[in-house]
Amino acid sequence: MTPLLDVADLSIGFGTAPPVVQGVSFSVMPGETLALVGESGSGKTLTCRSVLRILPGSAQLRSGSIRFGRAGAVQDLLTLPARQMRDIRGNQISMIFQEPMRSLSPLHRIGNQVSEVLKLHRSKTGANPRKQVLETFEQVGFTDPARVWRAYPFELSGGMRQRAMIAMAMVARPDLLIADEPTTALDVTTQAQVLGLIKQLQRDTGMAVILVTHDLGVVANMAEKVVVMNKGKVMESGPAAAVLGAPQHGYTQKLFAAAPMIPQVAAPSDPVVYNDLILDMQHVSKTYQVRAGGWKAPIRVRACIDVNLSLPRGRTLAVVGESGSGKTTCARIALGAEAPDAGSRVLFRAKGAEDALPVHAMDRAQRTCFQRAAQMVFQDPYSSLSPRMRIQEALTEPMEIHGLGTRADRRDKAAEMLRWVGLSPDMLGRFPHAFSGGQRQRLSIARALTLDPQLLVCDEPTSALDVSVQEQILTLLEDIQERMGLSYLFISHDLAVVSRIADEVAVMRQGVIVEQAPPDTLFYSPQHPYTKALIAAQPEPDLSRPIDLALVAKGAGSPASWPEMFRFEGTTAPALVEVNPGHQVRCHV
Amino acid sequence: MFLKYAAYRLVTMLLTLGVVSILIFAIINLPPGDYLSNQIAELRATGQAEGVAKAEFLRTEYALDRPLWMQYLIWVGAAPGPQGFSGLIQGDFGWSFEFDQPVAEIVGDALWLTVLVNLAAVIFVYVVALPLGVLAAAKSETWVDYSAAFVGYLGLATPNFLLALILFYYGHKYLGLPIGGLMAPEFEGEPMSPAKVQSILVHLIVPTFVIGTSGAAAMMQRLRANMLDELSKPYVETARAKGMSPTRLLAKYPLRMAFNPFVADIGNLLPAMVSGSVLVSVVLGLQTIGPALLTALKSQDQFLAGFVLMFVALLTLIGTMISDLLLVLLDPRIRYGAREG
Repeated sequence: MTPLLDVADLSIGFGTAPPVVQGVSFSVMPGETLALVGESGSGKTLTCRSVLRILPGSAQLRSGSIRFGRAGAVQDLLTLPARQMRDIRGNQISMIFQEPMRSLSPLHRIGNQVSEVLKLHRSKTGANPRKQVLETFEQVGFTDPARVWRAYPFELSGGMRQRAMIAMAMVARPDLLIADEPTTALDVTTQAQVLGLIKQLQRDTGMAVILVTHDLGVVANMAEKVVVMNKGKVMESGPAAAVLGAPQHGYTQKLFAAAPMIPQVAAPSDPVVYNDLILDMQHVSKTYQVRAGGWKAPIRVRACIDVNLSLPRGRTLAVVGESGSGKTTCARIALGAEAPDAGSRVLFRAKGAEDALPVHAMDRAQRTCFQRAAQMVFQDPYSSLSPRMRIQEALTEPMEIHGLGTRADRRDKAAEMLRWVGLSPDMLGRFPHAFSGGQRQRLSIARALTLDPQLLVCDEPTSALDVSVQEQILTLLEDIQERMGLSYLFISHDLAVVSRIADEVAVMRQGVIVEQAPPDTLFYSPQHPYTKALIAAQPEPDLSRPIDLALVAKGAGSPASWPEMFRFEGTTAPALVEVNPGHQVRCHV
Repeated sequence: MFLKYAAYRLVTMLLTLGVVSILIFAIINLPPGDYLSNQIAELRATGQAEGVAKAEFLRTEYALDRPLWMQYLIWVGAAPGPQGFSGLIQGDFGWSFEFDQPVAEIVGDALWLTVLVNLAAVIFVYVVALPLGVLAAAKSETWVDYSAAFVGYLGLATPNFLLALILFYYGHKYLGLPIGGLMAPEFEGEPMSPAKVQSILVHLIVPTFVIGTSGAAAMMQRLRANMLDELSKPYVETARAKGMSPTRLLAKYPLRMAFNPFVADIGNLLPAMVSGSVLVSVVLGLQTIGPALLTALKSQDQFLAGFVLMFVALLTLIGTMISDLLLVLLDPRIRYGAREG
C-alpha cells in the first residue's frame, strides 16, 4: 500500500541560521493516525504547517519533498503552484489549530465560516452547503445545529468552538486532518471529549490524522504511529505500541519520566489534623456585577460561593478546577487582591503570632507585613517579568518597595535567591528575553522568595511549560518548601500535577467545592461524579489505560445531569458532607 | 434592538449637548466684561452720549444686565427673556453686535458650506486612506509600503496653508482651477442653480485636498498598523488553511477587523477638520463659518461665538453617534455585549 503522505528529508530554516527542522522524514497511510511529539522548539509545528505550506513568510524550505495523494495521483506539495495548492487546502488536507478562541473570526457567524469551505471547494457541484454543514454540526456533537449556524464564536465555550473548528475541518471530507495541539488550550474533561470526537470521526470517514502534541498521554490514547522530535530532528519513530511500550531513545525515555501521572493508590492515608493554620478562609463568597449595557440592570455573577479552605503551616493546599470554576478568584481573595462579599472571613496567622488577622480588615502596618509574608507566582512566565528590567532590578524591586537593606544587601539577596532556584548569580545583568520559559519561571519564584515570605500562592505555575520543565519546577517548589518551611496555596487544573505536590486537594466546580480530601484518599475512592470525570479524563501515557469517555461525560456535564444524590436544587448546591474522616463530598445524605 | 440602542444614544447625545452648552457659555463669559460694556466704556471715554443710550438699550434688550445663570437660560431658551421664550431651542440664535445683524443671517449660507467642505474632506480621507492603507499592509516592507508611507509623511508634514498656495498656483496654471472662494463671485447670494452647483464643485477641489491630506495620511498609517496586527492573528491562518485566495481572505477577515478603529474615527475627524480648517478657510477665502468664529472670539461677540461653537459641538456629537451606531452594526461583539470565555 502506498502512503497517503510521504515527507522525506524535510529541512526548514530562517535566514542564514542553521535549519530548525532538519532531515525530517515520515509517512502516513490512509486512515492512520500519526502523532508528532515534541516539546516547544522541537520543530513539530513547522513540520506540520509545511504540509499545507502555511509557514511564516521568513521561513525557507531548504530541502525535501512532501508527496501526497492516493495511488496514481501523487503530487509534490512543495513544488505545486499556489493556485493548485489552494485547492488542496481545506479540501483534501485540513487543519485544526491550538487556540479555538482565536482561530475563528469573531465578526463572522459560525455557519458563514464553516460553509465557506464548501463555497471555496464545492461551488461547481451545486449541493446545498447549508444542509451539509448542519449535518456536520450534528456529527461533531452539537445538539442544536441551527443555533450554532447563527452563533458568533464568542457565544460558544472553548470546547464548543473547538468542535466548530473540527466541523470546519471535516465538512469537505478531507483525506488528511492535521491537528496542531488541538486540545492544549482546553480543560481536561473537554480535551477528553474532543479527542474522543476526532477518533470517532476518523472511524466514520476513514481519514488519516496527524496529531501534533507534547502530551504522551494524548499520544497513547490516539496514535497508531509515533514520531518523536527534538531540536528539529526525529529522535525516534515507530508503531505506538513499540515507542510507548519500550522507548529506545534517551530523549523519549526522559519525556516519559517527566509525564505527570495520577498515582494508583493502594490504600488511603490516615487523616491528620493540623491546628496551626497559616491561612483560614471561612464562608468566602464573591459576586461580580457585570454591566449589561444601556439602561438594563447589571447582571450578578457568583464566582465562588461559601468556600471554606484552611492551609496548615508548611503544607500545600491545592485547588483544582476547570476554567470558570472560581479557583483563581479564591487565590486572589486569599492574597487580599480582591474583596470578598460581606460575611466572608479570611484569616492569616504569621509565624509565631498570637492572633490570626483578618486579611481584608488590616491597618496599614499590618497590611504591609502581610504583603511581605504572602507572595504570588504567576502562570505565564513570559508576561509576568517586565522585558525592560534587568534581572537584578526585577529581583531587588520588592525589597526596595519594602525598604529592606542597603543596595549591596539587596544585591546579595538577589544573587542568593538565584542560587536557590538553580540559576547562576552572574545572570543578574541580563534581560528576561535571554531566558527560556522554565528559567523565567525560576526567576519569578526567586522574585517571590526575596521577601522571605511564609505563604506562596502559585497560580498554575507550570501549565505554560513543557513537561520536562514542569517536572523540574515542581521539584524546585518541593525543595524550597522543605528548606524554608513555606506554605503553598496551589491553583491548578491538572490533577496529575496536584497529586504530586499537594497535602490536601479541593475540587471546585461552578464556584463551589464539590469534594475535598488528601490526594491519596481522593484518588483511592473519589466520590463525586465530577472528581471521577477529572480523574478519568486525564490522558495517561499507557496504552492499557485509555480514557473512559463514558465516565467523563457523566461527571463533566451540567450539575443537572449528575446522579440524584449530587444534584443541585435550582442554583443551590447540597451541603459539603464529611463521608469519612478528612474526606468531604458535596452531596445529599 | 438596534432602534432601542439608537434611541438611547440619541437621548445621551442631547444630554451631552446640554452640558456642552453650559461649558461653552461659561468659557465665553470667562474674560471680564462683554461686547456691549466694552463698547459703552469706549463711547463714554470719547463722549458720545447717544451711542451709550443705544448700547444700554441693547444691554437690556439682550438681557446682558441679568445674572449669568439667567443669561444662560435665556440664551438656551429655557427661561423668558425680554422677548419671552426665544433662544436656541426656539431657533433664535441671537444678535451679532459686531456685524449688527441676527446671527442666523450671518452664518446662514456659511453653515451649509462648512458642512459641505468638511463632508467632502472626510469622504476624501476615507477614499484615499482605505485603499492605500490596505495596500501598504498587504505589501508591507516592499516599495509599495515605503512609497505610500513617504507620500503620507509628506502630507502630514506640509503646513496646510503652504499646500493650499502651491495647489492654487499649479491648479490654476495647468488645470485652470479657480483661486479662492467656494463659488464664482457672480453666484453669491443667488438661489441654487445647476451652474452654481457646478461652480461650487469646481471650487471645492483644492480645499478638499488641502483639508483632507493630513487626515488621510494619519488614517492610512493607522489602518496599516491595525491591518498588520490582524494579519498575524490565528484566524487569518485558519482562513489560509481553508484554501482562500489571498485577496479574498484579506478583504473578508483582517479588513473587517481593522475597520473598527477606522469607523470609530469619524467622530474625531469631524471636529478636527472644522477647527483645523479655520486657518485654511481664512487663507483660501472660503465662506465657511471659520472666519466668522475667529472674528467673534476676538471681539467677544458672544452670541455669534456661542452659536458657532455649539454648531461645531453638534457636528462632533453627530459624528460620534454615527460611528457608534455603525460599530454596533459592524461588530457583533459590541452588539451582544460580548461575554468572553
